Amino acid sequence: MFTLEKRPTPSKAWAWGTPFLAVALTMVAGGLLFAALGKDPFAVVRTIFWDPLFGEFARYLRGQLLVKAAPLTLIAVGLALGFRAGIWNIGAEGQYIIGAITGAAIGLAVYPTESRWIFPLMILGGAFGGWVWAMIPALLRTKFNTNEILVSLMLVYVAETILSKAATGFLRNPEGMGFPGSRSFSSYAAAGNPELIAGTGLHWGVVAALIAVIWAYVLLQRHLLGYQIKLAGQAPRAARFAGVSADRLVMLCMGMSGALAGLAGLFEVTGPAGQISIDFNVGYGFTAIIVAFLGRLNPFGILLAALLMALTYVGGEMAATNLGLPSSAIRVFQGMLLFFLLAVDLLSNYRIRLAGAAREVR
Amino acid sequence: MKRRTLLASAATALGLTLSGTAWAEGMDKVKACFVYVGPIGDGGWTYQHDQGRLAVIEKFGDKVDASTYQESVPEGADAERVLTQMALGGCNIIFTTSFGYMDATNAVAKKFPNVKFEHATGFKREAPNVSTYNARFYEGRAVEGLIAGRMTKSNKIGYIGSFPIPEVVMGINAYYLNAKKVNPDVELTVVWAYTWFDPAKEADAAKAMIEQGVDVIASHTDSTAPLAEAAKSNGAVIGFGQASDMAEYKPSPRVTSIIDNWGPYYIDRVGALLDGTYEQADVWAGIKGGEVLIGEITEAVPAEVKAEAEKLRDDIASGAYHPFTGPINKQDGSPWLAEGQTAPDGDLLGMNFYVEGISGDIPQ
Repeated sequence: MFTLEKRPTPSKAWAWGTPFLAVALTMVAGGLLFAALGKDPFAVVRTIFWDPLFGEFARYLRGQLLVKAAPLTLIAVGLALGFRAGIWNIGAEGQYIIGAITGAAIGLAVYPTESRWIFPLMILGGAFGGWVWAMIPALLRTKFNTNEILVSLMLVYVAETILSKAATGFLRNPEGMGFPGSRSFSSYAAAGNPELIAGTGLHWGVVAALIAVIWAYVLLQRHLLGYQIKLAGQAPRAARFAGVSADRLVMLCMGMSGALAGLAGLFEVTGPAGQISIDFNVGYGFTAIIVAFLGRLNPFGILLAALLMALTYVGGEMAATNLGLPSSAIRVFQGMLLFFLLAVDLLSNYRIRLAGAAREVR
Repeated sequence: MKRRTLLASAATALGLTLSGTAWAEGMDKVKACFVYVGPIGDGGWTYQHDQGRLAVIEKFGDKVDASTYQESVPEGADAERVLTQMALGGCNIIFTTSFGYMDATNAVAKKFPNVKFEHATGFKREAPNVSTYNARFYEGRAVEGLIAGRMTKSNKIGYIGSFPIPEVVMGINAYYLNAKKVNPDVELTVVWAYTWFDPAKEADAAKAMIEQGVDVIASHTDSTAPLAEAAKSNGAVIGFGQASDMAEYKPSPRVTSIIDNWGPYYIDRVGALLDGTYEQADVWAGIKGGEVLIGEITEAVPAEVKAEAEKLRDDIASGAYHPFTGPINKQDGSPWLAEGQTAPDGDLLGMNFYVEGISGDIPQ
């Protein structure tokens, strides 16, 4: 009855329209799910999307949205650069962990020295750690033609093991009576990343995320490298003829996304998380993949997508605690978002026609 | 250091009350809230805490609102947000039921001095409104150890550890010491899973040990996966219910279990808040206080072993026997407890060494 007809060029209007349509569809399908669980679907959807912004505790929760969105933005912006060029770094979670460990290690190594140079040095260390971790799949791909999706993903589990070692061993708090976990950065001013304005959630990671968004936008729009990235993704053969080195692009894109993920880890460990602990990573590196696509691989789109994702987390938590929803229902809800996004993506490349109508036109 | 001296001065440590503020006035209605590290459906640790929550509702009915809880809260920055939301949402008392919530609990407690915080298995009480509670699970480990020592045919017994924290190390030591007591040839294999709840990882750990010839497996993780793995051996491998009774694996591989019974403590604390007798506390009860229950010992265990295990359980409850009674040396051979001496609580709570006879290292 319906047929799909490929558009000659992807529809610009739908490219921007589909994320909103996906959110709307998620609300409807999620509402049905919540109703099936015996909850008032309107109350749940309002708790998730409205209360954190304008509800009773919005003053506190708005700040928490920034805290949640900052690492997602930092990581997703980096990932988007690679995704645009057809380079699939799936292991940002690992780069995030390693960045946190290397950055934190610098601060902990000089404890309790007070100097204003310590934190900047830790930032560099965090970015470097993430970069190194991303260089492994990048080098293996350029030298031995391995699949960077698999290698970067597997390295996440290696990073998690190193994290356990760090928390229980080489970075463990010597005054922690044998309990795992490093010293707390909140009580070490020179290495800490506290709220810049109390109660706002604003910390250096939020600032860095905004800078990264603008930087990536300029890179993609105004810089030759940005042009090469886009060209390599859209027309790999043409890129090769134009003299774009595929290997160089892999190294650069993996490196940049790794460094940004490392930065996110460093700001998180010194700020909101406060210490290296066994369960330090909570999946930002994987969620950022969703964020990158939800934001159409566009830096500003990613910023909005990260805030939306943060909203589903914070609001979802509210719904789970206040309305007694099982936590898995919230996760299904978040999964729906990606599902509908991919599904309605079809609309930007194809148009739907009634089979009968199409014949008449012919 | 503060904790050591504090505990050392409290020989009984049961219902130890700190010099804290008492909230003299009672309340008409208490809103009690719970933070869980896993899903309620884990069938173990979190499930038992939720049973405690339900017990509170059953006991106090209309006088309590214990409908607020949050499952699968990661230990870290997210815990702090969840706690803040609960405090803002009008909870009067919040139970945080995993070790990893320690810093978050204390940080949020300082911001909400009128809300009571109860942290399970932790040791930090940085604000007067933070209390800690734990159970002497090592007492149950001793009973499991005795059964393991008697039941093993290969003389190889195993232990799936979650994280190398004192809580777990003390369980391993108690298990081994009491197995060795009845079977000097016993050898212990420890596998670290680095998770509290991950059925796949737990199953892998159990599988690896079974392949090495281990035929009795104790676990310090929350799921039933190790028992499911043991069940595939047609009775050759046995295990224990952990945190929850895990009765669906009766009579074998689950031959007995350690059941966490939080209900009495939760009822006690919420009740104290209702009638105005609430005080800051650090409670560490065991088999005697009813916080640790030993599940039914099944017919898969010979009658004389069963009788022996039940006697051990009763001796621990009556105080006639302490699972850590000297002479005990540390792994490196240096003396820890002299003949007849029992372990001080401070040593147990900071335990970061294996006792003599266990091979391998605690991950450092």
